[in-house]
Amino acid sequence: MTAAATAVRLSDVSKAFGTGGSSLLALDQVSLDVAPGEFVCLLGASGCGKSTLLNLVADLDRPSAGTIDKNGARVALMFQEPALFPWLTVTGNLELALKMRGVPREDRRGRAAELLDSVHLGGFAKKRPHQLSGGMRQRVALARALALTIEENKNEDSVPGGTVLLMDEPFGALDAMTRDLLHDEIERIWRTRGLTVLFVTHNVREAVRLGDRVVLLSSRPGRVVEEFPVPMERPRRIDAADVATLAATITDRLREEVGRHGA
Amino acid sequence: MAHDVRTSGSALDREMAGLDALELGGGGAPRRALQRAWSAIWPMGAAALIGLLAWQIVVWSGWKEPWVLPGPKDTLPVFKDQVTSSRFWEAAALTMRRAVVGFAVAVAIGVLVGAMVSQSRILRRAFGSLITGLQTMPSIAWFPLAILLFQLSESAILFVVVLGAAPSIANGLIAGVDYTPPILLRAGKVMGLRGVNLYRHLIMPASLPSFVAGLKQGWAFAWRSLMAGELLVIIGDTTSLGVLLSQARELNNTADMISYMIVILVIGIVIDQLFGVVDRSIRTRWGLDQD
Repeated sequence: MTAAATAVRLSDVSKAFGTGGSSLLALDQVSLDVAPGEFVCLLGASGCGKSTLLNLVADLDRPSAGTIDKNGARVALMFQEPALFPWLTVTGNLELALKMRGVPREDRRGRAAELLDSVHLGGFAKKRPHQLSGGMRQRVALARALALTIEENKNEDSVPGGTVLLMDEPFGALDAMTRDLLHDEIERIWRTRGLTVLFVTHNVREAVRLGDRVVLLSSRPGRVVEEFPVPMERPRRIDAADVATLAATITDRLREEVGRHGA
Repeated sequence: MAHDVRTSGSALDREMAGLDALELGGGGAPRRALQRAWSAIWPMGAAALIGLLAWQIVVWSGWKEPWVLPGPKDTLPVFKDQVTSSRFWEAAALTMRRAVVGFAVAVAIGVLVGAMVSQSRILRRAFGSLITGLQTMPSIAWFPLAILLFQLSESAILFVVVLGAAPSIANGLIAGVDYTPPILLRAGKVMGLRGVNLYRHLIMPASLPSFVAGLKQGWAFAWRSLMAGELLVIIGDTTSLGVLLSQARELNNTADMISYMIVILVIGIVIDQLFGVVDRSIRTRWGLDQD
């Protein structure tokens, strides 16, 4: 048995919306390899097709051309909005996700409690989403995404591609302090669970704070412009000097790319 | 705010718990039930008193003879006699039975039609505006047809009550399905909700507030249609609130008439309040209001 080299491999993936003369090319021949356990940040301005790309990886949409190989990985997606169901309690939201994964009824409550503990919300199972703060709701959404990667009756290690967590600007709507703490939290969960993370953001420092690699996308259509490895030791601080320096380099490159649309 | 930290006491655990506690804040002590009931009841009591006062002022002005328009002082004893008579309770029971049966049939038909129309774009184009049109059509306009079809019978009343209420109920359901937040649909798709599960776990609960609003409006229409029906369609020797009302008019017995009108008003208010309780409990559960 050979170890899988990639968790997700995109090969020349294009996506056009609409047909004929009015069609809009959202992604143009995007190729990207994500290694198992890697934390990759996708960075780009508006219209770079970041969300389209995640939808394709999550099977919510089909590419117009190219292939996406997930090597059997289980994929979960979370958005900028927590999108919790307001008529269910926190644990009810998680239990529904577990139910959809085929977890038997008698195990759901316990599994949900474990997931809540893992996002530091052990005491809030019976609350309703509106009773929590924005950051707490987003952690419930994270727990729900993790719940969707659970596979029953299978050894956790048996899936070659492991678990891929797709995050679509998950902390974009949160205040800076909550965001800082959630950066620590997602980093911890990523490490302890051995997740592969594909993290979309338009916040350059956030990308450098979190990523093993930052992939810069152009806008209209979305193409991979450049990749920046992030060599800094973890845990990093978002306000550290080396983070700021690399962020400045990437920002310059991003601005150059945005400027092409103003010409 | 007690927070059960089960993992090791690292700095992150503490900071996270601290921020959660700060963001949730105190929330304030919940008001006691008695206090809440009082704050709901006294404005209603005050409005009733103002109504009585206005009525009394009209009577004092001498606009009409006292036997045409008696004042509250003469009417309230009659009211008390009426609501303690067995004939009145018989009439109220028949009227309520018609209302409940009519409303139940309207709910069944409204849900069926609403579910079908919200399912298909073609059905919606075909019937969407028709349903809204039926909703605005005064139900009394149906009575000539109902009487031709069913003669002076229970069926004629039921027909009009159902036609009055069902469109609102169907529309409430359609609106609820239509306005299921797209972000929740997206989340549902990610969770693998499809077909029956999608309806059971997402679309039905998401459309509940709008559906309850439709039921509430449907009830109001059913009640109005029923009163119109009972005045127009008088069946043999049955006694309903409508029959009592028209008999009182024939006998020029205004005090009796006003008594029945008060009863009809109060029943309407009480049932509307019941729907209000359901509506509020949903809103509180969902966090749609800050009460």
